[in-house]
Amino acid sequence: MNLKESVRIALRALAANKARSLLTMLGVIIGVAAVILLVAIGTGVQDEVTGQIEGLGSNLMFIVPGQYGGGMGGEQSPPSRMFTVEDADLLARRVDGLDAVVPVLQSSTTAKVGNRSLRVMVAGANEKGTVVFPNTLVEGRNYRRSEVDAASRVVVLGSTAAETLFPNRDPVGEKITLNGQRFTVIGYYKPLGGGLAGDQDSQVYIPVTTMQRVFSIDYISTIVVKAADADRIERVKLDIKRVLTPRYGKEFTIFTQEQTLGLLSDLLGTLTYMLAGIAGISLLVGGIGIMNIMLVSVSERTREIGIRKAVGARTYDILSQFVIEAVGLSVLGGLVGIAIGWGGSWLMGSYTPVPTAVTPWAVSMAFFFAAGVGVFFGVYPAWKASQLDPIDALRYE
Amino acid sequence: MSEDRDAPRRVVLETRDITKRYRLEGIEVEALRGVSFSVRQGEMVSIMGPSGSGKSTLMHIVGLLDRPTTGEVVLEGQDVSSLSPNALATLRNKHIGFVFQSFNLLPRTSAQANVELPLVYAGVSGAERARRAVAALERVGLGNRLGHMSNQLSGGQQQRVAIARALVNDPSIVLADEPTGNLDSRSGIEVMAILQDLNAQGITVVLVTHDERVARHAERVVKILDGRIQSVEIVNDRVLAAQEMRMLPAEEVAG
Repeated sequence: MNLKESVRIALRALAANKARSLLTMLGVIIGVAAVILLVAIGTGVQDEVTGQIEGLGSNLMFIVPGQYGGGMGGEQSPPSRMFTVEDADLLARRVDGLDAVVPVLQSSTTAKVGNRSLRVMVAGANEKGTVVFPNTLVEGRNYRRSEVDAASRVVVLGSTAAETLFPNRDPVGEKITLNGQRFTVIGYYKPLGGGLAGDQDSQVYIPVTTMQRVFSIDYISTIVVKAADADRIERVKLDIKRVLTPRYGKEFTIFTQEQTLGLLSDLLGTLTYMLAGIAGISLLVGGIGIMNIMLVSVSERTREIGIRKAVGARTYDILSQFVIEAVGLSVLGGLVGIAIGWGGSWLMGSYTPVPTAVTPWAVSMAFFFAAGVGVFFGVYPAWKASQLDPIDALRYE
Repeated sequence: MSEDRDAPRRVVLETRDITKRYRLEGIEVEALRGVSFSVRQGEMVSIMGPSGSGKSTLMHIVGLLDRPTTGEVVLEGQDVSSLSPNALATLRNKHIGFVFQSFNLLPRTSAQANVELPLVYAGVSGAERARRAVAALERVGLGNRLGHMSNQLSGGQQQRVAIARALVNDPSIVLADEPTGNLDSRSGIEVMAILQDLNAQGITVVLVTHDERVARHAERVVKILDGRIQSVEIVNDRVLAAQEMRMLPAEEVAG
């Protein structure tokens, strides 16, 4: 008997028990759809985040206090000393080939305008902060070097902060209270959407010097450096190390854009695999469902197996018939699952803020895993069927 | 062993001193204790015996569904007593046609598909398969029931489908195990008439039954008791089913 016949027999058997076949497939359908959908979400988020980082330019470097080992979960020790604005100035003076050195400090506080108040993240930087932070103004201007030097009480608002605190009016020139101190709004930004540093739209931006004074902080959290030339990034990195080592020893870490990207990709990739793994478990459960129903099917059809053997079916014929039946269930379930997973990802990507990206590897992996589950869980019942003694099988009631 | 009525007729199947022992719930059962007999080309022979006589075991061995513990089974000149189950399956497919008491058709499957089944395992292609299945069904008078599902057919019709299935591979032996056991008398007579008719056309038929009257449809009756051949008789007054049919009241023809 050839494969075509086996497939025909198997499909006919599946069609004879439509409701049961469908219910059995449901496990695989859900498993495959879940794998595709969850991996699509994972991949979508990963794409969006890495896209944002790449959008910042590839010649940015982030210098943070403390030692960080190689990737995620590497050795970490809490920073013993924080950087200061002077460190940033030192780098600007002593390292060649830099476009910008930005000391960054972030903290949260309450912003008040009249009787309205809003919990906001305050980001402090210098006049070159636009390298890291948004720079698309709707109106007004960014703060200037002189204002940084003078620690002026000026603030630029993110779009959400602007809308919430100044609904339906132009905030530029208005006064706002941050951490109990009055500030003048000098500009506000266009909406950016969710970003790496959290919701940048509800942040407010002030000079770092002002921030240190208002919040009584004498350190900064990060120094962001932009190299003039992306090709010279390794050279610049060495120079930075040379400047900072005498002051901090090994207690600082430089992340290049590439490293940050790698780190995040690792993290999000792991997350994606985890999601795929969880979904994969449901696929496995679906496979057990197939085995269960195939075992029932074999004992129900003992007599049929006896008849087939009596008229000349060999072990292989019976084995292949039942394996193909199991694989048929899982493959059909897999195809429906792909359709649902793909459709679901598309709907989610179109109608919710969750980014999704259906990748061919996720689809093919889910499909072949499903088919493999069918083979794996189909072989035992099929083997049982093929080993039946024709005499016993024919007598079976 | 019977004398040859048509001397040159070739031996199709022969058992040589076969025994069969098996354990049933821990108890050793000796089902056959040295059975030797042969079936010749074109003959119709009955294996008869009460239940427990070993006739079912003998039928399984003759039908290549089982192997003897000792002794030889020779089919078409080949010793098949120690072949593997798969090799036996292939030989069954080629040489044996089964007709069972309980019909044993595939449920929810058309008459034609049921008859095609042995050809599927023989590797015959679709068109040829259909042609031969239709021819076999016409031979048992069911040319107009090709597409009927097995459960839409009467008992007599189902048994005729089973006979067509047994014939379709041009087997060396058609092995009928109590073929009338589950049928009303009229259908039983019809089925026996078909078997006798096929035998008249040259097909070898082995009939397994406990019923003396059914057994006497054959030319020869091999009586089995306690795992041994008790007697071999030539049937002088064969029951001819075709004649019985004519004696039945001429009411509706079942089928």
